Amino acid sequence: MQFDKRYGARFAARDISLSIAPGECVALIGHNGSGKTTLLKAAALLIRPSAGRVQFSNVGANGAGENSLAIKRYIGFVSHSTLLYDELTAEENLVLFARLYGLDSAEECARAALDPAGLASRGNDLVRNFSRGMRQRLTIARALIAAPKLLLLDEPSTGLDRAGHQWLGAALASVAATGCTVMMSTHGASEVNAIVTRAVRLLSGSIVEDSASSGSPRAMLAAALAAHQEA
Amino acid sequence: MALARPIGILLAKELRTEFRTRELVATTLVFVLIVLVLFSFTFDPTAVESRRFGPGLLWLALLFAGSLMLHPSFTREQSNETLMALRMAPIEPVAIVTAKILANFCFLAVAEVILLPVFAVLYNLKLWPVVGRLSAVLILGTLGLCIVGTVFAAISSQARMRELLLPLLLLPLLAPALIASAEATAGLLEDPPALSTVWIGVLATFDTIFLTVTWLFGEYLLEE
Amino acid sequence: MATVANPIEVKKQGRQAFATLGVALLLAVAGYCALFVAPTERTMGLIQRIFYFHVPFGWTAFVAFFISFVASIAYLRSRAPKWDWLAVSAAEVGVPFVTVMLVTGPIWAHPVWGIWWTWDARLTSTFVLWVLYVCYLLLRSLIDEPERRAVVSAVFGIFAAFDIPLVYFSIWFFRTQHPQPVIGAGGSLDPRMLDVLLLCWGATLALAALLLPQRYRLEALRYEVERLRWESDRRGGAATFSEAKK
Repeated sequence: MQFDKRYGARFAARDISLSIAPGECVALIGHNGSGKTTLLKAAALLIRPSAGRVQFSNVGANGAGENSLAIKRYIGFVSHSTLLYDELTAEENLVLFARLYGLDSAEECARAALDPAGLASRGNDLVRNFSRGMRQRLTIARALIAAPKLLLLDEPSTGLDRAGHQWLGAALASVAATGCTVMMSTHGASEVNAIVTRAVRLLSGSIVEDSASSGSPRAMLAAALAAHQEA
Repeated sequence: MALARPIGILLAKELRTEFRTRELVATTLVFVLIVLVLFSFTFDPTAVESRRFGPGLLWLALLFAGSLMLHPSFTREQSNETLMALRMAPIEPVAIVTAKILANFCFLAVAEVILLPVFAVLYNLKLWPVVGRLSAVLILGTLGLCIVGTVFAAISSQARMRELLLPLLLLPLLAPALIASAEATAGLLEDPPALSTVWIGVLATFDTIFLTVTWLFGEYLLEE
Repeated sequence: MATVANPIEVKKQGRQAFATLGVALLLAVAGYCALFVAPTERTMGLIQRIFYFHVPFGWTAFVAFFISFVASIAYLRSRAPKWDWLAVSAAEVGVPFVTVMLVTGPIWAHPVWGIWWTWDARLTSTFVLWVLYVCYLLLRSLIDEPERRAVVSAVFGIFAAFDIPLVYFSIWFFRTQHPQPVIGAGGSLDPRMLDVLLLCWGATLALAALLLPQRYRLEALRYEVERLRWESDRRGGAATFSEAKK
């Protein structure tokens, strides 16, 4: 993808030119406000670029129209907000999104998705009553329910405890094993980064370092972790 | 039509959520009741006066209640950023807005069904003979309120002072619909009841124009 | 630092001064005509001459709001900031003009009918128009993020514009059912009156045409300042940022 994105007179992301191959697992590193979220949202076709375009397999998309809908079907997004309806049960949430993504027999897909998240017994409880860890697991289940080919995660390990981190790492490993392309923003925490194949560093909205052209992902991640722990 | 399916799914979601909490319909009911009762103190509800003031008061009360009730349509989606989840799904953005319009219409309709008999009793009005035509006026008027109200709820949810902003924006814009609905209702209460084609025409035009504008431009309001 | 006058700037300022003078002159001529040249109206006398400003200010406001409407649509289609600048400039020019119309209404009405305000069709509708565009400006002031502000206010502006004909019709029809005294009731217009009226309209249009670009330029400058400020913040913070990437 290659695009600019401006907010008013300010560029939240500038001159971003990034090509990602299928199956890659890209980590986005950078301080808050460096444009990682913007990049992820643009990839999810949530934000309309001010200049340039986002392309998938050479099919351009700008967030509206036939192409976009077909592409969105295969994108999963995890944010630090839960993106879940508190007033609905876990199962109802999953059924809703399964239907919106065009899956047949949505109820069965939903029930099947609860199991790997360890929520099979809590299917009929309102999300409002879930703990942070449970919500995060449900959020990921929601993102994966339609078998996405591109999974985007915006700081997924925020607020998770140690056990949560481990669970997240395992979940991402199994996702990556299926050949899904992953792009996530991270501060360098170790468990979730086992699957990373490439790292890209952003500063003030532009890409300043890309492990594909120089350096190793591990080194960049370690540096990022160190920087983050200092801060 | 490809839109019908996502609209149906989202409408079911809205209805189910409201059914869980019942906060919107309850609040609307109570608010309109209070307004109607308070207003009845300001004049002596003789037959003539009721027929003159009653319809206007009813619609004014509905307008105020509506502008309060429509507000959570979008602010409810903000706490968990669920609107972002809906926008990411492979559905047309206009389906999201349309589903909310229909949901709000259902809520308001439920409230009106309960309120109408109460209104008739409080103001000594004979509504039963004209209930069919009255329903037509109510449907058109409420639809107008919901279309513009839902869109403006989306608008005000992105601004500061949003609770105050929604009624502020809504009331002047709905002036034609208010006049038309009140006049049409008043016409039905006269002796003999007469359904004014002009006012029905105004309402129908109002609804059509703003539904079209919503379909053309409404989706831009959902963007970030 | 040597302060050398930029020749282009001087020329621009010169043209600006000339334009302002021209408009002032036109307004003066129009005012003179309204006061002295136009024939005296039979029933209302001197105060009727307010009509020559009451109406043109209203018409010009309509033109301004129409420009704002078109600019709003253009912005939503193209997302170019300049359309947003035009939309807000036109609305901001329109609102004072409508205010003048609303204020001159009662000033005219009081000596003639002894009342300050009647809920007559035109005045009431114009009042709603005024409220709608004041709301437009208010809405803009309550959204901080520039792109959101532009998009949201453009949608509101479009709704308001489509509402206007409905407002005017509804109130007019309502008034035919429940009549009230009308300010500035019709009757045929003496051709000399029409001439003066059109002259005054021309003058007010010229005034609006003078104010609009000023406001537009102000908006453009704000945008530029914002951009420059952000650029300098970024430069300050980026250590490895390559200068070539501009």
